[in-house]
Amino acid sequence: MIAFDLLVAICLLYVALLFGVAFLADRRAAAGRGGWLRSPLIYTLSLSVYCTAWTFYGAVGYAARSGLEFVTIYLGPTLIFIGWWWTLRKLVRIGRTQRITSIADLISSRYGKSNALGVIVTLIAVVGVTPYIALQLQSVTLSFAVFAPSGAGPWALTDLNSTALTVAGGLALFTILFGTRNLDANERHHGVVIAIAVEAVVKLIALLAVGVFVVWGLAGGVSAMIERIEASPLAGMPIQPGRWIGLTFLAAAAILTLPRMFQVLVVENENERHLATASWAFPAYLCLMSLFVVPIAVVGLAEMPAGANPDLFVLTLPLAHGHDGLAALAFLGGFSSATSMVIVASIALSTMVSNHIVMPLFLSLTRTSAPMSGDVRMLVLRARRFSIGGVLLLGYLYYRMSGGSEALAAIGLISFAGIAQVLPALVGGIMWRGATRLGALAGLTLGFGLWAYTLLLPSFGGGAVMGPALLAEGPWGISWLRPQGLFGLDGLDPLVHALVVSMAANVLGFVTVSLMTFPDPIERIQAAQFVNVFDHSSAGPGWRQGGAEAEDLLLMAQRIMGADEAQALFRRSAADQGKQGFLPDITPDFLQRLERALAGSVGAATAHAMVGQIVGRSAVSVEDLMRVADETAQMMEYSSQLEAKSEELARTARQLREANEKLTELSVQKDAFLSQISHELRTPMTSIRAFSEILMGADGMRPEDMGRYSRIIHEESLRLTRLLDDLLDLSVLENGQVSLNLQEVTLADLIDRAVAATGSLQGGLTIRRDAAAERVRLMTDGDRLSQVFINLISNAHKYCDAEGPELTIRVRAARGAVAVDFVDNGSGIPERSQAIIFEKFSRLTDPRKAGGAGLGLAICREIMGRLGGSIVYLPGQGGAAFRVSLPQVRAEAA
Amino acid sequence: MGRATLFLAREGYRRRRLADMARLLPLLGLALFLVPVLDAEDGLTAAMLIYLFAVWGGLIALSALVARLLCRSGAMDDAVRAPEDAP
Amino acid sequence: MGKRVLLIEDEPNIIEAIRFILSREGWRVDTHSDGTTAFDRVTAVRPDIVILDVMLPGRSGFDILRDIRADAGLNGLPVLMLTAKGQVKDREMAERVGASRFMAKPFSNTEVLASVRELTGA
Repeated sequence: MIAFDLLVAICLLYVALLFGVAFLADRRAAAGRGGWLRSPLIYTLSLSVYCTAWTFYGAVGYAARSGLEFVTIYLGPTLIFIGWWWTLRKLVRIGRTQRITSIADLISSRYGKSNALGVIVTLIAVVGVTPYIALQLQSVTLSFAVFAPSGAGPWALTDLNSTALTVAGGLALFTILFGTRNLDANERHHGVVIAIAVEAVVKLIALLAVGVFVVWGLAGGVSAMIERIEASPLAGMPIQPGRWIGLTFLAAAAILTLPRMFQVLVVENENERHLATASWAFPAYLCLMSLFVVPIAVVGLAEMPAGANPDLFVLTLPLAHGHDGLAALAFLGGFSSATSMVIVASIALSTMVSNHIVMPLFLSLTRTSAPMSGDVRMLVLRARRFSIGGVLLLGYLYYRMSGGSEALAAIGLISFAGIAQVLPALVGGIMWRGATRLGALAGLTLGFGLWAYTLLLPSFGGGAVMGPALLAEGPWGISWLRPQGLFGLDGLDPLVHALVVSMAANVLGFVTVSLMTFPDPIERIQAAQFVNVFDHSSAGPGWRQGGAEAEDLLLMAQRIMGADEAQALFRRSAADQGKQGFLPDITPDFLQRLERALAGSVGAATAHAMVGQIVGRSAVSVEDLMRVADETAQMMEYSSQLEAKSEELARTARQLREANEKLTELSVQKDAFLSQISHELRTPMTSIRAFSEILMGADGMRPEDMGRYSRIIHEESLRLTRLLDDLLDLSVLENGQVSLNLQEVTLADLIDRAVAATGSLQGGLTIRRDAAAERVRLMTDGDRLSQVFINLISNAHKYCDAEGPELTIRVRAARGAVAVDFVDNGSGIPERSQAIIFEKFSRLTDPRKAGGAGLGLAICREIMGRLGGSIVYLPGQGGAAFRVSLPQVRAEAA
Repeated sequence: MGRATLFLAREGYRRRRLADMARLLPLLGLALFLVPVLDAEDGLTAAMLIYLFAVWGGLIALSALVARLLCRSGAMDDAVRAPEDAP
Repeated sequence: MGKRVLLIEDEPNIIEAIRFILSREGWRVDTHSDGTTAFDRVTAVRPDIVILDVMLPGRSGFDILRDIRADAGLNGLPVLMLTAKGQVKDREMAERVGASRFMAKPFSNTEVLASVRELTGA
């Protein structure tokens, strides 16, 4: 037999290893490294806190006593995990988006951040989990006792209590060290999670090793094992359908509601995707954990002396066969199972106790004094630490009180049934918008009360709390009120009876009261947020701008989140608002963000109350009331519509603004245009009037003067006519009223016509053409096109400033388009003017030279647009160069 | 354009059917795990033990398959990560 | 008489018309067509009256008038402004800048003559 001292040493070494691993993981996580800390594998392994000492040792005992039934404890969770798409995914998403810190926080937050509910769930959890912690202490103590040398000495059996106390103390130390190191914004504990994962591996390997040893070492292989099972007293041990179904349900409920499961499943979750892996990997873990339970039980029953505790077969079988190493491994497996459960459970419980009991108490005590005096952060941490100590102390006390009980499984199931009372409020809360706070309160109270009455109190045995008479005949002799036969439900298994009665009352109370009551605004908003979490992953009941000073809020936040993190949050928020420094504007958005961040540390209800205390008002604003004026579903839709509408409004406003700008611009243009027209009309009219008046009083004027003046009048009236023609032309073109006279024409003809028309003007202008290239047939309006050409040729004539002005007309037909370039050898048009030459009245030189109103190119552009082509200025050709492009519709080279 | 929308529609359809599978899986598991109740009198037999573990293994394999397909189909793309992982 | 008038205008026919009307009555008419150099011409010629068009190449008549009014030696110089735009805005602008008189084109010859006489006190 392995020396007890050696075992203690191994145990201490193992604990030291766990401390080291946790410490390293925490450090790596703090340094921002350690991506492997956040792998799906670690997540899955951490879920194994479900497998406690009860399942490590107790499952074999359970199988030895009741046959196959033990497996239901694993089947329920398996169903929940392979059905992760239903509930787990939603739970995790809600946990992430709402910064949920515990199961109590979830319930409290869902039902309008009600602290009463938080307190009740916390109490249920403490009452339900304490026996379970006692159970773990007991199993560790019992397993120590197996190795302890019989007889006197420092480790004598009589000293089991001090062993339990030492274990409890050590666990408290570990949990306080790694569970309350920091008031993490998200309540995640990398060190703890890694330690749990290591323990998960150890317990799995240990149980598998014992199983392999039993099947292949003792039984002699698989087929021999099957024969031994068939021959064992376990064979044919009947299944009780009620218990089978009831226990499967209970285990399924427990995996969702146990505080420690909620902690690892939701709070410690790093990434929703990990759930996808856990959906099969965790059932696989459970499957492996239970694979060898029956073989170990069968072999243990056959080989161990009668009266040996089947709960300890995992340890005693290897020991009995002299496999000390295997026994030590098995011991470590059991130790791991117990410690990991206690650690996570006490973290979860302490979070709940400090957030839902200590902090609200503190808040109500300091309400009258100066707001938030003292370091709340330290207070929260201290509250957690004391809570951890308190929880473990309670567990120890429970262990001392119930010292005699050897059937571990019984306590586990009672605990499961108690904590399962949260299930209706939880599932109803995330699936049913109509669930109300009062409904949840009613269901929880009824269910928990009945659980205590029908299961917990009777479990202490006749005479402990309830007298034997009460158990047998009911209070005051009313038999249908008997704790184990309520409403005459006799003949049921006490556990199933308690489960059916308490859950039925719970669900009935929850649903009935929910249907009858009306939720308050915060509740309804939260309901929509939780139930529709996948449609809507933001916002919450908002804060209206209040009298809060950013500085007060910062002071408070620093006390809770720590200075660095709080300042970072404030600075980020300020930056988001476009402000410098640490003090953002107190907008509802900011308050909501702050509240979320605080909720990660102290829970939703407390965070809401704290912000409320500073903002000066925890009531809901009119805006909120408006938001919930309708059914919540409609509210969500409405708000999304509103969002769409406001977007649309913004768009419309933008369009309006643009239209307005355009109108203004148009109006300016119109004024300029009118002013230009006025100028262009009045100028020739001035000459005409002046000279007509001169001619009217023309006594003694020389005939040649008279002739000259008449000619001026004539020229100016021609100019007027031309201007009016141009204007008319332009307006017709611009209004699209022009009717095109499409016909087949040859480009050469059109250019000929244009050159001829400008002939009188040409003077010194030489025109170079390429007759061959011009033999292009086009389907177009020949008159209009030649009008463009005339314009370009006369422009060249008017503006080409070369010594020997030349105009080259190049024609190129390619890819169904014709380009006609008019390039002169003058100095061209300066780059800055190139953009405006096609605008109306954009004369670049003085009018005497131009002789036109500056409408020519504008008309050309309009015409080309009508003809489906374009006219552009070609820079870099040596002189002024225009390119007229046309689509070559149904035309071919002649 | 038309083809693209058709493709998207098919993608979404496939994703929804996968989600349906994920939802149906626990119901299938429940039915299979309730089989021992039908055979309650015989209770624990080696055959029953083998049946249970076979069903268990099968469900685990199916769940792994569905989870894999779901992740690959992009159904988990909107997954919310822990805040400190977020950019 | 022999008084000098400086006509700042860029439209050749209008120049010819005004020159004819005024010189027939014995005025010495100098003309200038470029806005940018107009002010220098005013200081050089020192006319008894300036007839100033608003729309000039290079520089607006208003700017030239502003310079004239800002010049200590010239600020009493009568300036008759001509504009072809004929908008109320222009008239107000001319008054603000300090035009002695403002006439819209097309003007009546006698009116121009009368204005010039009146402004020079001739």
